[in-house]
Amino acid sequence: MYEIRIHGRGGQGAVLAGGILATALVLEGKYVVAVPSFGFERRGAPVASYLRFDEREIRQMTNIYHPDCVLCIDPTVARAVNVFEGVKDGAVLVQTTAKPLGDFQLAPQIATVGLCDAVSIALDIFKRSITNTIMLGAFARTTGLVSLASLQAAIEKSDFRDAGLKQNMDALARGYEATEVHQIVRRAAA
Amino acid sequence: MSAILKPKSKLIVCDGNEAAAWAVSLADVDMVAVYPITPQSSLVEYLAKFIADGRLGAEIVDVEGEHSVLSVLQGACLAGARTYTASCGPGLAFMFEPYLRTPGLRLPLVMTIVTRDTLTPQSVWGGHQDAMSVREVGWVQMYCESVQEVLDTTIMAYRIAEHRDVMLPVNICHDGNYLSFGAARCELPDQGEVRDFLGAKDVNWHVALDPQRPMAVDPLTGGAGGPGPSTFVRYRKGQCSGMQNSLEVISEVHEDWGRRFGRYHAPLIESYRMEGADYAMITIGSMTGAAKDAVDEARARGEKVGLLKVKTYRPFPAQALADALAQVKAAGVVDRSVSFGWNCGPLFQDVIAAMYYAPRRIPAMSFIGGLAGADLTISHFERVIGRIKELARDGHAAETVWLNEKD
Repeated sequence: MYEIRIHGRGGQGAVLAGGILATALVLEGKYVVAVPSFGFERRGAPVASYLRFDEREIRQMTNIYHPDCVLCIDPTVARAVNVFEGVKDGAVLVQTTAKPLGDFQLAPQIATVGLCDAVSIALDIFKRSITNTIMLGAFARTTGLVSLASLQAAIEKSDFRDAGLKQNMDALARGYEATEVHQIVRRAAA
Repeated sequence: MSAILKPKSKLIVCDGNEAAAWAVSLADVDMVAVYPITPQSSLVEYLAKFIADGRLGAEIVDVEGEHSVLSVLQGACLAGARTYTASCGPGLAFMFEPYLRTPGLRLPLVMTIVTRDTLTPQSVWGGHQDAMSVREVGWVQMYCESVQEVLDTTIMAYRIAEHRDVMLPVNICHDGNYLSFGAARCELPDQGEVRDFLGAKDVNWHVALDPQRPMAVDPLTGGAGGPGPSTFVRYRKGQCSGMQNSLEVISEVHEDWGRRFGRYHAPLIESYRMEGADYAMITIGSMTGAAKDAVDEARARGEKVGLLKVKTYRPFPAQALADALAQVKAAGVVDRSVSFGWNCGPLFQDVIAAMYYAPRRIPAMSFIGGLAGADLTISHFERVIGRIKELARDGHAAETVWLNEKD
């Protein structure tokens, strides 16, 4: 089983991103459960959603406390919440940012980092900082756990229409292309 | 549950609220009346969309409050319509007057309770307190574990409600938050096959608002003289019989569903890994998935624990539960709500009452968790299993354990 925690802010579509990713994974024959977090969600406030997938049926309908991957679709949410809380050893971080890798204080468990300047891409495509589909592209590029074709098919199945559909398809592709993937090599403690 | 995808079925990803709306659409419902309330709102929004898209040929009435919701549906049902609504929490409370009256009218209404904890303390999140507060009113109540079970059970509810041995309204309860908004892979059955499964609508043969066969609906009965008292008793006894009959009908309908669609959900009580179990954990609703995973982990460590899931809560399958507990030395019941009168969970109270039907009495304990949206995880159930194991060993039951108190 692979567990993903998506961090964002209310209005950016973290829950919808979970739904699209779930559909894409089901198209690839996986079993998926996606649960949004429940709190005092409102526009701009930190929100999270959870997604787990497996080759076999998943029974637990619960939040995720020890993710294999943290997907941050907002550049500043890490200031408000500890996005590394409970991450597993060897975990993946997929982060929206315009900064270089050296500017990040990573948790020691993080082994792979995908960085994508999704805000700039979103402002270009949507004229607003809605980063969810861009960061799904970044997730696919960083982890290779879902194909771009399945994510495209999932977006086509969602409620996007006409111009909105085209924009989100562009967003997905540009997120995929613009992502830099870094493997973190740590020296053994002296 | 096991399944091979039926050739005509479709695989979708949806949450429990959307699954319920799909079921209503497949069941050819004629009349939907709604008033939105968290966490039910998206369910009725899906219905409104399905109707606007022409997928469901029902009339939707967006009324001014839940009291009117059920009043509208009573009228529609008496006129021969297959009906549906969904509510929860404060909405259900406001609906109480017509809600109380529906079973006595023997109307086969189907209504989802997207369960929510009750006020106060102020909260908008899930918990079974709303549905549990109306458990003795005469509606059949079934609790679901998964998104797929929501979809399948909502369709089955119509066949149960309209069965001539039952003729009672049915609540399908699914957990606010974890099931209402939790999305999963889900199999959507074929419309034609669902029509064959449900058969012709049969809602008002016994009581009707119909100019072709005028009758007095719900005339005055009771009092202390004349034919009133005995008439009243006959109505009440009939209602109780309908409830008891539903146990068999629920079982038959689930069996037929399994035959036709390949998914066999346990109709009353599901026994999970109870073979050779020394003690049992009893669950209800969406918590069950994590609880089963905890049982698997405990079994892998050699612990002799099994699980019983209560699907049908009203009428309470007392004999089935007593039989299922016959071999174990102790039981623990996890409730997502509170019985204020007994200082324990309401399901716990039902379980110990059912044990009166068992050949011997075993120690039992009440656990309460998952209130107001709190998460119940595998580690909570590990704690529960550990405590029941102790109980099986020493027989000393403690006071109710509150699982999220120190989270």
